Amino acid sequence: MKRLVKHRLFWPAVALVALIVVNTIARPQFIGITVRDGQLYGALIDILRNSAPLMLVALGMTIVIATRGIDLSVGAIMAVSGAVALTIIDGSPDPEHLGTVLVAVVTAIAVSLVLGAWNGLLVSVIGIQPIIATLVLMLAGRGVALLITDGFITTVNSAPYAYIATGYLFFLPFALLISIAAITLLAVFERRTALGVLTEAVGINPEASRLAGVRSRGIVFGAYAVSGVLAGVAGIIYSSNIRAADANAAGLFIELYAILAVVLGGTSLMGGKFTIAGTVIGVLTIQTLESTILFLGVPSAQSPVFFAVVVIVVVLVQSPSLHRWARNALRSARERRTADDDAKAVVGS
Amino acid sequence: MSLDIDTPTSRRRSIGSRYSTFMSRRASLMPTLAAILILVVLLIAAQGQFGNFLSPRNLSALLLDNAYLVVLAVGLTFVILTGGIDLSVGSVMAFTGILAASLLSQGLPTWIVIPVALAAGGVIGWLIGVLVHVFDVQPFIASLAGLFLARGLAYVVSLASIRVEDEPLLWLQRTRWTIGDWYITPTGVIALATVLIAFFVLHWTRFGRTVYAIGGGEQSARLMGLKVARTKVMVYVISGVCGGLAGVLLTAYSGAGYPRNGIGTELDAIAAVVIGGTLLTGGTGYVLGSLVGVLVYGTIKKVISFMGAEQSWTQIIIGALLLLVIIVQRIIVARSAARRR
Repeated sequence: MKRLVKHRLFWPAVALVALIVVNTIARPQFIGITVRDGQLYGALIDILRNSAPLMLVALGMTIVIATRGIDLSVGAIMAVSGAVALTIIDGSPDPEHLGTVLVAVVTAIAVSLVLGAWNGLLVSVIGIQPIIATLVLMLAGRGVALLITDGFITTVNSAPYAYIATGYLFFLPFALLISIAAITLLAVFERRTALGVLTEAVGINPEASRLAGVRSRGIVFGAYAVSGVLAGVAGIIYSSNIRAADANAAGLFIELYAILAVVLGGTSLMGGKFTIAGTVIGVLTIQTLESTILFLGVPSAQSPVFFAVVVIVVVLVQSPSLHRWARNALRSARERRTADDDAKAVVGS
Repeated sequence: MSLDIDTPTSRRRSIGSRYSTFMSRRASLMPTLAAILILVVLLIAAQGQFGNFLSPRNLSALLLDNAYLVVLAVGLTFVILTGGIDLSVGSVMAFTGILAASLLSQGLPTWIVIPVALAAGGVIGWLIGVLVHVFDVQPFIASLAGLFLARGLAYVVSLASIRVEDEPLLWLQRTRWTIGDWYITPTGVIALATVLIAFFVLHWTRFGRTVYAIGGGEQSARLMGLKVARTKVMVYVISGVCGGLAGVLLTAYSGAGYPRNGIGTELDAIAAVVIGGTLLTGGTGYVLGSLVGVLVYGTIKKVISFMGAEQSWTQIIIGALLLLVIIVQRIIVARSAARRR
């Protein structure tokens, strides 16, 4: 029990479970999952499916944060990626063709890789502070996306492209399968190879790990490239879901939500130790929270207040100093009780 | 005899060595000097391109259009100097701005409304500071919660924009004190006064030295017996109050409160502080640099509007110029570091 409480995923998981329990009490159908036409339906499935873009972005953010960096440009990369994909599909003679969609997706991911590599170059080779280096692309990226879509919101009708966000495969939403694939790939590379340890080493002390022979430049560069690619895929899912490329709205504020998810999962922004499972829990917590806010009927403009309050509660629950305070309070209560018992024993004899 | 011959050379060398001593002692000044250089180059280039850019009217407007950003950047400088960050400033500005506009429209007098707006900003800052210091929440996340809270509260006050009819508040923007073609409004005076007060506090008070000490190393500052806890909470309160003041200034400037004001302004303010030579790692920087940073940022925006570019190009050019500024700064700093070695 004590080891369970000490586990670093304990409090993040408690927050998520508590949210789900509250929701289930408020509306029992929340927990229910039904099978219809060989597809799973239910509030939980919706949360899992809708979380795909945030999940991908947050996974990339986890790796970047592990190297003591931060990537503010993910939302802009999403916008560019969606714009590239939809412009290619829109311009092709046969938007319904699978080949067209494949070309569009591959090109969009390639562009995202270039943008991520650009961030990596600025941070690892030129040595600009990550928050500033990625701020450049955050500011400029949406401009590029607007340029690609010519300032319009490009809409397309392409069944294969729409399938990415709304299709089903083996009973499960296709978007969910994409995020599961991303989680698995990342977990295998970071945890079954030495890459994860090297990433943490770079995050804890870049200079020391460089002296120890770790190619810290390459690892930092790679982290931003991976983050770019994942943001690109997220942009494809987002644009596939709304069947349009909206350069201004795609991925707006997602960098903040992604950072929040990473932190809720227990990864420190100071770099070093990171946990992929924690990020997954963090993303699901945020997505459940969004669905709760929607269900409660809070006016969407005012929902940030609600969101802020919950975030504050969650970080307080995770706060080590609050734990210390609670431990001390418990201990002194226990001591007082034993003192009382001793006093009674003395009186009794 | 030989002494006389030596004198000129040794004197020349002493100027050189005095320069290098100055530079090695004041290495932290380099980024700010670089920012000033960049500002001068930008202004001269713009003058060369457009001819009438360096007019007193235009330069006066440069300060007044960015008065709110100056105030935000000043508050943020305190936070960044301690090694923290405050993402909430843009939202706090929107919240206090709409709060002021709403209270004024309900007939409250200006002399009550302005302190209330400042206090509202201060309370949000205090909340962030307590989260950061007492509960060990990372500043990025604590101020992110502050961002959401303030933005949500702004919408709670009003979903639509509220016009301001209040004379004293509008006076802040409408009055123009002129010297020749130069002019300044009370908002500009307030912005400059904020910079001067911050300069005084940071360089001539115990509090200011504690701010720098925390940024240099929190543990050492604590071991030196400095009041780390109070100072750390206080810098967020200062940033919040500055956000409140910026809200009042922006409301006076635009003649209305609007809950969607200042989305992304926190990033403008961070960029301005960084361009001004304050390191995000804390401990190094100058509040006057932040003023220069805002002016660089404002000049860049103004140049773009002079060129009449479209929205997409505006964003791309701002990004590109920000990058250019940072790389130039980086080269200058690296040069000075190399010289010191």
